[in-house]
Amino acid sequence: MYSVNYHRASSVADAARQLKNGDAKLLSGGMTLIPAMKTRLASPSDLVDVSRLKELQGVKVSGKTVTIGAATTHYDVSTDEKLKKVCPALAHMASLIGDPAVRHRGTIGGSIANNDPAADYPAALLALGATIVTNKREIAADKFFKGLFETALKEGEIVTAVSFTAPAKAAYQKFRNPASRYAIVGVFVTKGKDGARAAVTGAGEDGVFRSKEIEAALAKNFDAAALGGLKVPAKGLMSDIHASADYRANLIAVMAKRAVAAANA
Amino acid sequence: MSDVSLTVNGRRVSGNAEDRTLLVHFLREHLGLTGTHVGCDTSQCGACVVHVDGRAVKSCSMLAVQASGSTVVTIEGLADGAELHPVQAAFKEHHGLQCGFCTPGMIMTATDMIARHPQGLDEATVRAELEGNICRCTGYHNIVKAILAASETMAKGAKGKAKQAA
Repeated sequence: MYSVNYHRASSVADAARQLKNGDAKLLSGGMTLIPAMKTRLASPSDLVDVSRLKELQGVKVSGKTVTIGAATTHYDVSTDEKLKKVCPALAHMASLIGDPAVRHRGTIGGSIANNDPAADYPAALLALGATIVTNKREIAADKFFKGLFETALKEGEIVTAVSFTAPAKAAYQKFRNPASRYAIVGVFVTKGKDGARAAVTGAGEDGVFRSKEIEAALAKNFDAAALGGLKVPAKGLMSDIHASADYRANLIAVMAKRAVAAANA
Repeated sequence: MSDVSLTVNGRRVSGNAEDRTLLVHFLREHLGLTGTHVGCDTSQCGACVVHVDGRAVKSCSMLAVQASGSTVVTIEGLADGAELHPVQAAFKEHHGLQCGFCTPGMIMTATDMIARHPQGLDEATVRAELEGNICRCTGYHNIVKAILAASETMAKGAKGKAKQAA
């Protein structure tokens, strides 16, 4: 790892100030950033640690409205009793990230700001129609995830929370790479007041995306049977040593069926 | 350079380290606690697992300065004098190790796992929970056996204590 200057932010406002130092980066759980720095794929001059900020911690549930602080760990999301009551699918999804030690450190804000094309949270937030709250504005998930490791976040902008209305039904299913355990394909489906939404991670050449085909099939009938003849186009899907685009297209249909069955169970 | 102050295995320690110093290197090189191992160095193998503020974390994926102010428990902090921790005793009893390199991380992961499952563990849960720990001797069979046995011993111990308290 190259030399770096560490700053522990005392507030979100302080973090925004500290971010102006050189080529500074925000540090939350560090489960992607620290390994990337060790391999010199990332070499920020400064790190601004927001992981201990109380204002960014915790899950709040008020009726059907869920708000999760950006520095809330995957473990805390996966074990939150209030969340498990209103949106068990998201708690379940968080329990599938990485391994226990990674879930103890990694955070929801860090995951979505990084927008890894195989990360789980982007699919969940897109399917939930969530709102991403920053220190400057609110951004709809549909506008937030821009491409591979790219988001709508501007220079110096800090994710502070995500919020969404818990849908009537939701579930997430992922087909993992057996070695890395990242999603080769992950599908998050929801049935809310505006109908069905389905978001796919791990597969798109431009990162997470909503599947028109799945959503159209589920609009009429939110049932796994409605996806019986589903054909997902392989165009725009990744082909790599782990899986071809055709294989991923097939997996999307399979994971979507499983997710809908789980949501209805 | 930053000052790093920690409580490690019940002892207050402090030192000066480069900001890029990983927690595992601070423990091993500054404090001489070499029980915590560096295996893969890419946060996959879990040989470096320690507890920070009561939670199992990979100390190769955390800066020492990030942990400053926290309470850390390493493999050296588990035994009570000459008496092994129940998880250590179970690994010995069930031969939950072959070369032993992954063992400190396995044991720190196991103690955290048992603490998070006070209702008890089954084999499938133990295997799923060991996701982030790799034994390159592939000695998982006895590791799982040891963790299940330790979980039972500790549950009995906890019940015994509850009875005494009542």
